[in-house]
This record gives sequence, C-alpha cells and structure tokens, in this order.
Amino acid sequence: MKNLIKGKSLIVALMFIAGSFMISSCSSDDQQADKSPSAKSEAGESASVPEYGVGPVKEVSVSNPPDEALAEKGEAIFASKCSACHKMEGRYVGPAMDGVTERRNLAWIMNMILNPEEMTKKDPIAKKLLAEYMTQMVYQDVTEDEARAIVEYLRLNDTN
Amino acid sequence: MTSCNVKSKGSPDGTDDAARKVYVAPGEHDEFYAFLSGGFNGQVSVYGMPSGRHLKMIPVFSQHAENGYGYSEESKALLNTTYGNIPWDDLHHPKLSRTDGMADGRFLFVNGNNTPRIARIDLTTFETVETLEIPNSAGNHCSPYPTNNTEYVVAGTRFSVPISDEGGIEDIELEKLNEYYRGSISFIKVDDKSGEMDLEFQILVPGFDYDIANGGKGPSEDWIFFTAYNSEQATTLKEVNASLHDKDFVAAINWKKAAEYVKQGKYREIPAEYFHNKMDKKTHVASSEVKKKVKVISPEECPDIMYLIPTPKSPHGVDVDPSGEFICVSGKLASMVPVHSFSNMLKAIENKDHVDVFESIPILKYESVLAAEVKDIGLGPLHTEFDGKGNAYSSMFVSSEIVKWRLKDFEILDRIPVYYSVGHLMIPGGDTHKPDGKYLVAMNKITKDRYLPTGPELCHSAQLIDISGDKMKMLLDFPTIGEPHYAQAIKADIVAPKSKKIYRLDENEHPHATLKEADTRVERDGNIVRVYMTAIRSHLAPDNIEGIHLGDTVYFHVTNLEQDWDVPHGFAVKGARNAEILIMPGETKTLEWIPTKTGVTPFYCTDFCSALHQEMQGYARVSPEGANVPIKYWLGDPKK
Ligand SMILES: [Cu+2]
Repeated sequence: MKNLIKGKSLIVALMFIAGSFMISSCSSDDQQADKSPSAKSEAGESASVPEYGVGPVKEVSVSNPPDEALAEKGEAIFASKCSACHKMEGRYVGPAMDGVTERRNLAWIMNMILNPEEMTKKDPIAKKLLAEYMTQMVYQDVTEDEARAIVEYLRLNDTN
Repeated sequence: MTSCNVKSKGSPDGTDDAARKVYVAPGEHDEFYAFLSGGFNGQVSVYGMPSGRHLKMIPVFSQHAENGYGYSEESKALLNTTYGNIPWDDLHHPKLSRTDGMADGRFLFVNGNNTPRIARIDLTTFETVETLEIPNSAGNHCSPYPTNNTEYVVAGTRFSVPISDEGGIEDIELEKLNEYYRGSISFIKVDDKSGEMDLEFQILVPGFDYDIANGGKGPSEDWIFFTAYNSEQATTLKEVNASLHDKDFVAAINWKKAAEYVKQGKYREIPAEYFHNKMDKKTHVASSEVKKKVKVISPEECPDIMYLIPTPKSPHGVDVDPSGEFICVSGKLASMVPVHSFSNMLKAIENKDHVDVFESIPILKYESVLAAEVKDIGLGPLHTEFDGKGNAYSSMFVSSEIVKWRLKDFEILDRIPVYYSVGHLMIPGGDTHKPDGKYLVAMNKITKDRYLPTGPELCHSAQLIDISGDKMKMLLDFPTIGEPHYAQAIKADIVAPKSKKIYRLDENEHPHATLKEADTRVERDGNIVRVYMTAIRSHLAPDNIEGIHLGDTVYFHVTNLEQDWDVPHGFAVKGARNAEILIMPGETKTLEWIPTKTGVTPFYCTDFCSALHQEMQGYARVSPEGANVPIKYWLGDPKK
C-alpha cells in the first residue's frame, strides 16, 4: 500500500480544486463535490500535456555527435540506477532502451526519469506504458545533470 | 470549505471540544513527536501528539523480528555485552540531547536497566546507532540524564554492589553485603559533533539505591541531583527494611568540579571490562570494542563534589524547575512534596550547616535547604514537571491524580483524576529551561476497564491532558506498547526537516554491497556461501541459486537499489532460524541462513512493494553434503 500514496503533489492539486469548488457552491453533498471537479481536471490535464511531458525539463540542447565523456558518466549511473529494469534490447521489467531517443522527445525522457510518478498519472504516453508493463517506473533520486548524462548515453547507443 | 459555516454539534460534557483539540485531519501532521519508553519490551515507541497516533517502534535493547534488528549480521554487535549477546533489556528513561538547556532534536539517549547499558538513537534516522555497557553497575535505573549542553550523560546504580578495587563485582557473603557495597555514578562524555559516547569517569558513592536524576539549569547548571533511597542500606525485604527511615536523601553532585578533579589527575584507574558498540555511518555495520579500564574518583579524596540533603521518604523523581532554583522531590511514601532551594543549598554548604557526615559526605540540614513543603498534595507523589508559566504538575501514584501547583507560593491550584495509578508524567520540554506548556501526558500503570478487554493482559494507557488553561482538561486516552516509564516530546518542526528519506547508494560503503545488478553474484569460500543480491521493484537478483549444500552457512547480502522514500524491501528464506530483514532504500543488510534440509527452498520479499510484489521471489536449491552440484545462479535466462 506504500506506493499508492506517493503522488503528493497531485493529491494536493486535486484537494485545492475540490476545495475551491466547495467554497463557491457551499454544497452540503461533499461526495458529489469531490468527484466531479477532480474527474474533470484529470481529463483536462491529460489533453494539455505538452510533448516534453510533466516535469522540470522543457528542452534539451544537444551536440552532434554525442558527447562521449558525458555518455560515459551516464552509462555508470544507468548501470547502478536503471539497469535493474531496463536492458538495451528486449522487454525486461520496463521497455528496451534501443531507439528510445528516436521514439521520444529528449526532455520527455528526462522528465520520465526525474518525475516518474506524476508522468504515469498525467502524461498520456507514460500512462499507456504503465498499463502495458504494470510496474510503476521508480523514482531513483537522479539529479537533472545525471538524467542529462543518461540521455547522452542513450543517444550514443542509438547512433551506434 | 472554510467559507461554509458548519455549526458544531456541541455536547454538554465538552467531549466535542476535546475531540477537536486532538483531531489531526488525514494527511495533516502532529505538532509534537513524543518518545515513550517501552520498559520491559526494550524499545522506544514514537507517537504523534496530540493525536496519540503510533508513528514508529525503535528497537534498542531488544531484537526486533519485524525488521531484523539484532538478527541481521549488521546489527548483532549492538547487543554485545561482557555477558554475551543479550537480546533483551528493560528500557526506562528516554532523554533528548540538549543545547543551552533545550532539547535540540539530535539524539535520544535511553537506558538499559537490567544489563547496564546506555544507547543513543539518531533522530535523523530514528535508529539505534550506539550502545555502551556500564561497568560497576547493577540496575542501571538512574540514567541517562544529560547536563545542560549534553556535556555528559550520567548513569547511576539502583542496586549497590560490592565493587572491587581490582575490578568487577566481588563474590561475598550476602549477610555481610552492606559492609562492602557501593554505588557508582558514571559520567559519559558526549562528543559535540558526532554524539559519540565515552565513559570518562565514575564516582564511587555510598551504598544506597540511586533512583532518578536531573541536571540543574541556569544558576545550578554545574550540578546534578539524584534521589537516593534505602539509606537504611538494607539488603533483604527491602519493601519493609528500606522504608524505616523517616528521610532518605537527595544527592547533589557538582559535576564540573568532579570533572576538574579528573582532569587534575586525582583519579585511580581500575580494571573494568565493558563493551562499546557503534554503528558505522558509512558501512551501516555495527562493531564492538572491549574497553578494559575505568577512571574512578571518590568523594573522600575529592571534597566538595557531593552533598546529601535529607528528603522524605523513599524519594523517586527529582525535578529542577525551569529557573534552576527549585529542586522538587517526590517521595513515594510521603504525602507532600518537599521543594529544596538551590540558593539555600549553597548557603548551607558555605556555612557548613551539616547535621552529620556519611562516609566523608556532608549531610546538610533539611530545614536549611528547604524552600517549602507542598502539603496534602495527594498520595504517593512520584514525579513533577513544569509548564514554563510558573506552575508545577506532580503525579500521584496511589491517589491516581495529577496535581497542579504554583511555584510562587507553593499553593495547590487544581487536580485531575487519571486512570489508573499514574507513574511518570511528561510535558514537552517540561524538564528543560523553557517548557512548552500546552499538553501533559500521564503514563498510567493500570488500565483495567479503559479499553475493550484483551484477556488478562492489557496495554498500558496514556492520557493526554490539556494544560493550556487554568483548569486541566482530559483530552484523550491512548494505549501504549510495553510499559512507558518516562517520555520526552519535542516540537515536530525541530526534528522532521532533518529526517532522512533514503540512504544514498553512492555513499554505501558496506563491505558486501552490490551497487548494480550487473555485479550480483554467488561466491563460495570453504563452507561459507555469500550471495551478493540486489532488490528493486519487483525482483531479487539472482533469483535462482544452485550449489548450496548442507553444512554451508549462507549469507544473503541484500542491497536495496531503490532511491525513493518509503520503499524498503524485505527478505525471508524458508526455515531461516532468525528473522526476516527489512532493507531500506540504498542500504545493504545481511541475513544468515544455515540450511537444515535439502530441497528447493523459496525466498521472497516480505514488504509489499509494488503490484508485482507477489512475484518478487526466488529459489535456492539445497543439495546433500558432498553432492556434485556447482555454484550456479541467474535471473531471467540461466546463462551464468
Ligand atoms: Cu519488494
């Protein structure tokens, strides 16, 4: 039951919306007040999620060819924090990494690493992946710089 | 929500008001952390106040099968003593570390009463990180009491024993015991930064029973006060024979002066074997060191460090008010609370206002030191704390009540019944320079009809009382675990922001850590098989292991690769004769398994971690001794 209550920011957001609805209507029927706005807000959020997903990163600037030193750093982090669930080839706990930098927006990849709980709740692609793999991508306390290095490692892998 | 003016139903007995005061809405946090000792369960339990919600159980002196404390290879050493590995103790008094007379939220010190020990709990992790055995002690009840800046934590003996000058406790005829026995008061230096403890010296004191202590503050901060009962020096039928005198003592010890004598070299060093066990911050592995000597001083050779103040009768609590002037003593068998004055005590010392001398220790005149007697306070006064607004609150064991009285004129202001037989009470910061006089917790010894019956044994009951107004108001009953002897509470916002969420993988220096799945492996060294395993939602790596034989000792070194808050994994093996282990994110823990049966043996994660938790499992194959089955292991395809 522990990781069912992780999405704190989401819960807070929903409470806020529910709360403001109640203030305006002063409804005595709490249950009804709780349900309708949150359902609406979820649908609304999904529809408006940008290409980079939900998280701190909006854009990733890259050099060509990929920066090998940075990729090497990324490889080490990937080995310790990601490889228990992702292999380059073939489905494992999560999807294969081969081709991921071609399939996905680079900022989206970083946000998936940095903010997995919110991504699988709000981003339509991440939601679908969760439904397919049935395992919540775990938060691994990766910094933004480290996530950037992982992306470089994945880019290098995709150019080879 | 806020704009809707919902009318309170309001009931005539005021319970609605009480409910509102203790109600902490779902998702909200309590205002205080309260740490209640577990007494005979050897643990500390943490509650939220005012809700009374149980937040955590911290195992200290007792093995805790729930998370493997005391069973895991890493934590076993914390229970080492000169008597061997002791899996239990009787934990009585929690005391928070202090800076400038105020609880600073860094550490919680607790005592083990039975096999004398002091432990330190780190409040960033709520884990026991150090235990120190106390030599020359028996019944380590009078501890662990800190001085104002945690310069020292002191520990005193409840049982006096024949402490030998050659070290150890002597074997002598019990009929002659009181000719030989002595008490000891240990001064444990606490390192400013790390909090680490070191037994610096002991004062050998007359053979009484030392019960409770408390450090002075403000003008009295160089002193620490102890209750000493059994001034009769009885050794049998103490129930009667230790209650003959009309007065026992408060022992006042000038710890600064004692420490100076030690610095000047006025000590003897005697042999004393004791264990010092520490959890290493980087490896998370506890190790033991055996110390061989202790410095002792005596009041005879070091004058002016100790005075005795006569005090009625079998005193228990000795509590110094926030100003540092009043020393309030609760004599279990008296029907009043004597309040000694620190400034009077200094005058009596200066004027040599002695009525007698006990083994070179001056006994001051009761009337000269006394400020007042709070008369007709109730039956069986046990302990007193303060609200910082000029009032004192004393618990009455026999008459089952809390009595509020005023320090200004020693007038009794209010009383409230508690259910039943209250021992200690606690006000957040009520033993410090600046109490937070909002709540009081009464820790009751007898529960009887307060809760639904649960057979002959009932949980002890605590009661939360509102002390913010003139009249005390009962707010809440809540069951506690074990037997809380004493408690401490601290504002949550001092502790909560520093609470650790994970252990960082890149700081894990455990000698058997596996920091990435690619490094998982199984190694044999003679009869020792080491499994370097990782855990992450939702698999253990490796999850298929062959080549274990009867006669092997297997160590599962499990590293939790998660780096997210509140995602421990558990690990258990069928037939393991110890416990499971719970591994926190980023941590490595080790379970020993000595297989006793051949066959395919399952292991699995015990902490529901994800939708695929039930799949987080594996097999170990155990073959007969000498069978030709090599070590082989894998996760996924059997490649290796
Ligand atoms: Cu698990």
